[in-house]
Amino acid sequence: MSLLDIRELHAGYGVMSILKGINMSLEAGEIGVIVGPNGAGKSTTLKAIFGMLNITEGSISFDGTDITGIRSEQLAEHRIAFVPQEHNVFPTLSVHENLEMGAYVRRDDFSSVMDHVYDIFPPLKDKRNQPAGELSGGQRQMVAFGRALMIEPKLILLDEPTAGLSPMFMSQIFDRVIAINRTGVTVAMVEQNAKQALAIAHKGFVLAGGCNSFTDTGQNLLNNPEVAASFLGG
Amino acid sequence: MNEIVFFINKGITSGLIIGSIYALGAIGVTLIFGILRFAHFAHGDMMTLGAFVTLILTAALASLGIVLPLPLAFIAMFPAMAITACLAIGLDRVFYKPLRQAGARPVVLVMASVGVTLMLQGLIRLFAGVRSRDMFIEAPKEIFRIPFPGASRPLIITEPQVLLIVFTFVAVIVLHWFLTRSRLGKAMRAVSDNPELARITGINTNHVVWATWIIGGALACAAGTLLSMDVTLKPDLSFNILLPIFAATIVGGIGQPYGAIAGGFLVGFSETLAVFNWAILLRPIKDHLWFEVPANLALVPTQYKLMVPFLILIIVLIYRPTGIFKGRVL
Amino acid sequence: MSEQNQYSIMRDVVLFTGLAMLVAFIFLSQGTVYSLRMMVEAGCYAIIALGLTIQWGYAGLFNVGVMGFIAAGAASSMLISFPQNPEFWNSAGPALVGIFIVKLIACGVALWAASKSPRWGVGPILRALLIVVAIAISYVVLSEHMDEMSKEIEQASGWIGGLGLPVIVGWLVAGVVAGVIAWFVGKICLGLRSDYLAIATLGIAQIIKHFLKNADWLTRGTLTVSPLPWPVQTPADGEFIMARASYLTVVAIAMVIIYLLLQRAYHAPWGRMMRAIRDNETAAASMGKDVNRRRLEIFVLGCVLMGFGGAILIHFASIYDPSGFIDLNHTFLVWVMVILGGSGNNRGAIFGAVFVYIVWVMSEPLALWLFSLIGTYGQAWTGWEPPSDLASRALQMRVFVIGLTITLVLRFAPQGVLPEQQARH
Repeated sequence: MSLLDIRELHAGYGVMSILKGINMSLEAGEIGVIVGPNGAGKSTTLKAIFGMLNITEGSISFDGTDITGIRSEQLAEHRIAFVPQEHNVFPTLSVHENLEMGAYVRRDDFSSVMDHVYDIFPPLKDKRNQPAGELSGGQRQMVAFGRALMIEPKLILLDEPTAGLSPMFMSQIFDRVIAINRTGVTVAMVEQNAKQALAIAHKGFVLAGGCNSFTDTGQNLLNNPEVAASFLGG
Repeated sequence: MNEIVFFINKGITSGLIIGSIYALGAIGVTLIFGILRFAHFAHGDMMTLGAFVTLILTAALASLGIVLPLPLAFIAMFPAMAITACLAIGLDRVFYKPLRQAGARPVVLVMASVGVTLMLQGLIRLFAGVRSRDMFIEAPKEIFRIPFPGASRPLIITEPQVLLIVFTFVAVIVLHWFLTRSRLGKAMRAVSDNPELARITGINTNHVVWATWIIGGALACAAGTLLSMDVTLKPDLSFNILLPIFAATIVGGIGQPYGAIAGGFLVGFSETLAVFNWAILLRPIKDHLWFEVPANLALVPTQYKLMVPFLILIIVLIYRPTGIFKGRVL
Repeated sequence: MSEQNQYSIMRDVVLFTGLAMLVAFIFLSQGTVYSLRMMVEAGCYAIIALGLTIQWGYAGLFNVGVMGFIAAGAASSMLISFPQNPEFWNSAGPALVGIFIVKLIACGVALWAASKSPRWGVGPILRALLIVVAIAISYVVLSEHMDEMSKEIEQASGWIGGLGLPVIVGWLVAGVVAGVIAWFVGKICLGLRSDYLAIATLGIAQIIKHFLKNADWLTRGTLTVSPLPWPVQTPADGEFIMARASYLTVVAIAMVIIYLLLQRAYHAPWGRMMRAIRDNETAAASMGKDVNRRRLEIFVLGCVLMGFGGAILIHFASIYDPSGFIDLNHTFLVWVMVILGGSGNNRGAIFGAVFVYIVWVMSEPLALWLFSLIGTYGQAWTGWEPPSDLASRALQMRVFVIGLTITLVLRFAPQGVLPEQQARH
């Protein structure tokens, strides 16, 4: 049984429907990458999982439970974390406090998780008492990742984690995603940089016009001439 | 030296007093503004409401014949703060929460708070009348006269003024501790920073909203009570005190409690120093001045005192809408 | 014609017929003289409410300072149309006022030049310094002159008196003055979030009232000015009913003209753009609409109507009394009229104004009667001693009801009784 299973999802803002039948399934421990042209509904799919818009049809199940239309504040309890594309830190809170807020739903001792996050992102340890709003873009992205990891998620959703970052940071981010995945976290990520992202993906989903257009392993999609011609820029 | 004593009594002390009141009010307004995202116009009447709750409790205590080393009103203020906090949560439940849940624009909430302020005003005056009342039921307030070296007149400070300053100081420290050390306090700052992300992170917004109203309501009650203890309890505070409190909030930066404190004192001192008659300080050295000292050298005539917070507000809105502590421009 | 439109017309017919019946009932039961007064005041409130409904309904602007614009309009109209005060014109007063105006303009120019100084290569720090110096000097110069002037005028002639111009001129100037004040307030606040406008208008209203109350040389302050001239025959010259009826005619004509102009503007491209901005500011801004400019236009226009309507209202009362401007009567009552009638719907504002005003006027004796009843029976049955200020407390009940109405309408009928017709283009 898959960890995340999305069936025939229709969703949108108000009456305007953007997703018109999305199917997606991820096994535990996989990296799934969602690519596609602008307006295909990539970010919308993530937001739909996260209860941020109206689901009109279809279902989402996670780890055997139905989470269709769940409110976003309850997802942390299911150990699903979401890193939005922008505004993904609390700017006036210190780095340390950002991480603490990530663990808001936890009532147990999470100091070891925090140490673990500092191990993955050493620069954060030096800046732990600085307000997150004063950090550079790449460091803010680390804070956002770290905040998401604080609940020790089973599934982490990343919305264009490399948007607006320099190419050097981009490969660093992908390395981090692989590192996080190796610790057993399932990753679902939306990416503009389709080639690099599909290269690290176990599964790739190419969306177009709110529907699945191709679904295969990352490698197969990269090698598929049709996908390459229409979505990867040749 | 008498002139300096006069300056301290009329300028510094009253600036400190009124500044503390504004600061206590502005902390609540800035938290509500930052977390619930609307300007709470009912804050002035919430202060009056709190003061009346205190008055009722004080009268009850006095009728029981209780005598304490501190003024009864000050003791009664603490349970009154709890009651006002509950009332604030109740008002939110009945009037603001349904609008929030219906997804109303912030300006609709502002309007609802105007409706609430009128209701409170009407009810308070209906039950208590419009005359002013003395908070010191059992005994007259104590006045401390501290001799000042080299002056024939003493420094004057009254007991409620001392209590106000001490209370403000303690309240600020407790608030600071709460916002930087406690889980809920940090969550409040997080919601104020980024409500969307706070929800995703799993922060319970309801708890944060409650905490906001508890702090806002309790401090409003304290400000109202202490102000009424210093002068008298008059039920016509509302709009006159609202403007300086809003000015303090915006000067300090919206959503910034420390900014609100600084803004409160800034507005309070500007107000008292603007209406202070500086001629008194110049008189002793008038022989050395090249100009004649006029009888009245106040920057602003007393009847236009309200101009001061308004001008501060306008200047901040034009030149630095984020406030001195870099709040948000929502 | 769509079904929705028909429905809305039915609703209009029903509501306005009901209103007409209510008015007829008032005329029959309260007598013509009294009812005419009520209708004139309701008409003035309708003009003010039209001003507010375009600000709130068309542009979503929250103005809590309606009273200030009414007061400013009334004071200017009084100054324009009140007979001249010969003592003032024979004293040194006019010269002082003239010099004051010259100084005011000079200070304004200096301030403008300081704020535009980067054009002549001045750095930002120097500019800030220049502005501060300009403000400080202007303040000292103007306030000193103002002190001297007010003392001189108050001694020589009491106050400056009016200009003795026709009343209509006074009313138009009232609108212009309110509009100019609104322009300054709007210029500062409209680029920012809507709450700031609410706070600033609240402040400006209190300050205008304070100023008018204390500026004895200009407006006689709390001594009040009366009788204010009417554009038609006043009751003093002849018959009450005739005089009030002609005043009512003038008000009705003004109201109808304003209504027709606003309806035209609403369906014109300008009105469509306003609604586009209100409904989706970001989208409108991204389509290249200058959102703040449009908002400023509508804010100024709304305040012009408030000043104009306020002037007509005060002239009718025939006494100018700055203490008579009250937030409750002149701001929040208008708000209830607008949101109850239906924001964004001009007919709704007129309906709301007339209906709410009738209820408001009737509620005063009702509240007094109710409370004296409570007082009497309370005393008889429970031995409760009613407070001596029961009458003044009873009127506070209306404050409560106004507040309650605002919150209830917002929650349960945000559209009002006459919702905005979504015109299709």
